[in-house]
Formats: sequence, structure tokens, C-alpha cells
Amino acid sequence: MALIHLEQLRHSYLARPRPEAEAPADWALRGLDLKWADGGAYALLGPSGCGKTTLLNLISGLLRPTEGRILFGSRDVTALEPGERNIAQVFQFPVVYDTMSVYDNLAFPLRNRGIAEADVNKRVHEIAALLDLEERLATRAAGLTADGKQKISLGRGLVRSDVAAILFDEPLTVIDPHLKWRLRSKLKELHQRVGVTMIYVTHDQTEALTFADQVVVMLEGQVVQAGTPVELFERPRHTFVGHFIGSPGMNLLPCETDAAGLARFGGVALAQVKGGRGGQGGRGNQIGVRPEYVRFAAAGEGGLPVRIERVSDVGRHRIVDARHGEHLIKALVAEGAPLPEGEGVLVFDPAHTHVYADGWRVETEQA
Amino acid sequence: MNTRTPNQKAWWLVMPVVALVAFNAVIPLMAVVNYSVQETFGNNQFFFEGVRWFQEVMQSARFREALQRQLLFTAIILAIQIPLGVAIALAMPRKGIGVSVCLVLMAMPLLIPYNVVGAMWNIFALPDIGLMGRGLNALGWEFNYTRQPFAAWVTLVAMDVWHWTSLVVLLTYAGLSAIPDAYYQAARIDGASRWAIFRHIQLPKLKHVLLIAVLLRFMDSFMIYTEAVVLTGGGPGNATTLLSIDLVKIALGQFDLGPAAAMSLIYFLIILLLSWLFYTVMTKDEQK
Repeated sequence: MALIHLEQLRHSYLARPRPEAEAPADWALRGLDLKWADGGAYALLGPSGCGKTTLLNLISGLLRPTEGRILFGSRDVTALEPGERNIAQVFQFPVVYDTMSVYDNLAFPLRNRGIAEADVNKRVHEIAALLDLEERLATRAAGLTADGKQKISLGRGLVRSDVAAILFDEPLTVIDPHLKWRLRSKLKELHQRVGVTMIYVTHDQTEALTFADQVVVMLEGQVVQAGTPVELFERPRHTFVGHFIGSPGMNLLPCETDAAGLARFGGVALAQVKGGRGGQGGRGNQIGVRPEYVRFAAAGEGGLPVRIERVSDVGRHRIVDARHGEHLIKALVAEGAPLPEGEGVLVFDPAHTHVYADGWRVETEQA
Repeated sequence: MNTRTPNQKAWWLVMPVVALVAFNAVIPLMAVVNYSVQETFGNNQFFFEGVRWFQEVMQSARFREALQRQLLFTAIILAIQIPLGVAIALAMPRKGIGVSVCLVLMAMPLLIPYNVVGAMWNIFALPDIGLMGRGLNALGWEFNYTRQPFAAWVTLVAMDVWHWTSLVVLLTYAGLSAIPDAYYQAARIDGASRWAIFRHIQLPKLKHVLLIAVLLRFMDSFMIYTEAVVLTGGGPGNATTLLSIDLVKIALGQFDLGPAAAMSLIYFLIILLLSWLFYTVMTKDEQK
């Protein structure tokens, strides 16, 4: 229904926060600019306390931003109450109205808006069919299991035909593991069928990456990267994205960059910074490479000499812990691929070796 | 499975409690049972009378009237204190310095000894020197609780509301604080009105504390004695002679130990029965 546009959004829970430059800790959100297209599936991913729930509550209107604007399409909703925005929200702990039946729970948001009972009835049955809740309509909501209750919370959002976006705040936290997967695929299916914008907050990368077309990674109240799962994996903009996404995370090694922009680790040249220097912080002081792009050198090939410390079998791959000096490097080796004994030489795929300056990626020649 | 318990020493650990309960409840109660079936004369002479005292109490108009007054009193104060207590709790602040201020103010009446409460209201409502009594007379109501039964009832009810509504407030406030924020947030998103929030979130979640509040207020008000005696002494006439006041008159005023004991037991059984009925009806759904 509408593009969601966040403009220079800042929020502090303090009544009189100090300016951000002096005291960044006073701010839960520090200047956010995001645009979300209608009908997309988005995830907000980040560790606890990074501001993702704050952002969600700002969008739904449960909180008012300290600074900045929120636009739905061309309509400025910054000052509107949650009930006046076309937003639904599903919380971490399922919220159902205990004394009401499942039917009445689903009808509640419609009745509050004064919709005629005949339309309510039609709409509730549609949504119940969508969520496989039809047989339960007459039962009391209090008796349902956690996943059933979470479906009702979701249903109360879907039932409103004017909803522009549904927000999910870690909705699978209290769901049993074997039902998590089912509810997650149900969400994905619903998104495809209903086509409503969904914004999903989580600290679980699997949930984010499987659910969303676009993932926004947050850290300390800021967006560090917004992109498709593939982008986040292949080209992490920040070392945080590198080690937070992926299992195991990206290898990060200190490096030295010379005047020509050649980045070396352990005396081995690994990447060439574009234009000799680059990026925000200067030349680059860290090299990042995912374990997926680290392999053992063929005979006679040059590379980084390492000692193999441990090999763990994780099914289709083996994770090799290799040590170079004091640094541990993880490599993912396919099952059945040959593995040297004790000592070996590692090669990093140059197309997937990134250089970071003070945490942020700098452009390199190969990548 | 081995069903024999080889060591019974644990019973010794329960003995102090058993002894305590025996001395403060069971033995006095059995003494009352003893009195209730006997006629007592001087020199500690007792004659067995069977159920005669029970029949006498049950058939007496005096007992019936006291019981009616008692039921009326309890009904009135429950009808006032429960809604009023809930309303005050809803209006109390949720955070900030106001919370402590309100809680202390609310707890104050509960800390005052019963006879002091009675004495305070006795003076407060006096038509010649009491603030309330003089105020009401100044407003044109010829108010005199020592002579008018209605005025006595008004004062009695006002005193109990002042003394005990705080208990309902504190229980309700605790219950409200236990409702997770997500419920209110969901309700705001669902566009629920203030009344819908109260009706569908707060009231259902308060069910258990309100059950306790009603039970406590029912039992306490049914047993009210000290405050009422200090305030009105049961008068004017017998207008405010509640069950407990009547009981004391029979037992200690007239020294009719048999009827008084029988009345005590009937009184006790009425409280037990009504509490049990109320509790059973209110928790019926959950036992399914």
C-alpha cells in the first residue's frame, strides 16, 4: 500500500539527552535513513540492545521519535497514534485476549473500528482459513499453545484490510523448536499470498536470512548494512556484519598496507586497496575473508603457512582451525577433500578477500 | 515401588505447628462446642442440653435481625469498596515519585489500630464538635448519628470504606503492575478504547487478585467488631447491632454461655459456607 520512509530518525529514552557527538550512549537510535518498498519482506538483524525493537516501536507508533520523520507513502505519520496508522505488530510473547474466543480475538481490531458485523464475519473467516484456525474459531483463545496464540496475534494484524505493514518483534522466541520452522514457512507463504510489507526483527541470522528479501543489520543504534542476504554474505560493509552473519563468521586478521595499497598479512600480499588508499579510516588495517573462501594450496602453490589445530565435522563440510602465529584462521573444507597433515599452506580467494579500515570496508582491486 | 516409610521422625518437625494450632484454634473451638450443648450454672455445674441452644438461636427474631443487618452491611461495603478500589488503582500513577507517595498514603489507614479508627470517626462525626458532623449540619442535613439509625449507618459505612478500601487498591495495583506492556501495546495497535482495554485486558488479568480482595473484605466485614463498637456501640437502639456485637452482648452482657456458643458456631459456619461458595463459583472455569 505504501512506501515506508524513515527520515533522519533519532531516538533517546532520556528526557534530556546530551548531543550525540558527546554522549552516543544516550541515544538508542542514531540517525537512520531507510526506504522500504511496498510488499517487501525485510528483516532487522542485530544483537540485543542494538535498537531494532526501538525502531520497530517507532514505526508502529508505540514510541515517538526524539527527532526525524516517518512517512507512509507521502503521509507523515510521525505524530499519529498506533491505532491510526495502518500497522500491525506481533510481539515476542504472544498477546491474546484470554477471555475471548479465537473468533472474537480476530474480530476485535475490526469491531474497534466500527466495521459492520457482516463484513467482520466474512473477513475473520478468510483470515482463519489462511492461518488454519477455522476449526478453532469457537474455542477460547487462552487454551491454545504458544504457536496457536502467535497465529492469533498475526491474524489480528492480517484481518485489517487497510494494513500497510506487519511488524514482527522476535515472534518465534517462545515457540518450540520443531514448530518454529513450520511457523516460519507459514509466514513466508503468507507474505507471498497476501503481499503485505513485513518487517521482521530478530537476532537470529537464520531467521533473518531465510525470511527476508532485504536484511538491515544494526549495531549500536546505527544501520551498518542493508542488503540482500547474498550481499551481506559476499560483501560485508563492516567487520561486524562479517562475523555476525555466517557460521562460522568471517576470519578477521590484522594487516599492514603499504604506500602502494598492498595489504599484507604474515608477509603475504593478500589484497590491493583501490587507489593506494581508500575508505573512511584510511588505508585499511584488517583483512576479512570468509571460511568458505579459504582453501589449502595445491602442491607448489604459494600461500600462508599454517599449523592445523583441529578439524570438526559438521556434516557436508569440515571446519579446520588453522594457526598462523597467534592468529586462528577457519577454513571450510568439503567432505572428502584432501587435507594436509599437521602443516599446510592456505590460499584466500582474492575475489572474496576484503580490506577493512577501522571496521569499514575499503574498495579493493580484485573484489 | 517401596510404599513403606521406614523413618517417621519427620513428624517431630511438624509438632510445634500442631501444638500451636491446637492451642490457638482447635482447643478454644472445642471449648465453644462444649458450651454450645450444655446449660451452665454456678459452681461449674453443667447439664447436657443437646441441640436446644441451636434451635433457640435459629428461631430467634433477634438473631435473624442481626444477621440481616450483617448481610446488608457486608453487601454495601463490598459494593462500594471493590469498584472504588479498582478505580483508584487504575488512576494511580505507574512510575515516578507519585507511585511511592500514593502507596504510602494508601497504606496509612491500614496501619491505624481498629479502636483508634472507631474513636476517630466517633469524634469526627459528632454533630456538635466533629468536623464531619458539624459540616453536614451546616449544609442543612440534620445529622446526628447517635440518634438517627440512617445517620449511624452512613457513618459506619463511611468509616469502613475509609479504613479498608486501601486494601483493595493495593491488591489491584499489584495485579495491574503484573500485566506485561505488550498487552497494552497490542491493544493500542488494535485500536481498543479505554473501556475495551479495561474490559478485555485488565479485568480478566485482575480476576485472581479481585477474588482474594472480595474474600478478605467479605470475611473481615462479616466479623467487624471493634470499630463498630467504639463508633456506635450497636445503637441507636439496635440499629447497628451487627452479629459480632450481638454475640458479645449475649455472651458477656447476659452471660448466656450456651446460646452464645451456639451462635458462635452458626456464625462461623455461615462465614465458612459463604466463602467456600464464592470461591468455588469464581474458580469453576479453571478446574475443568
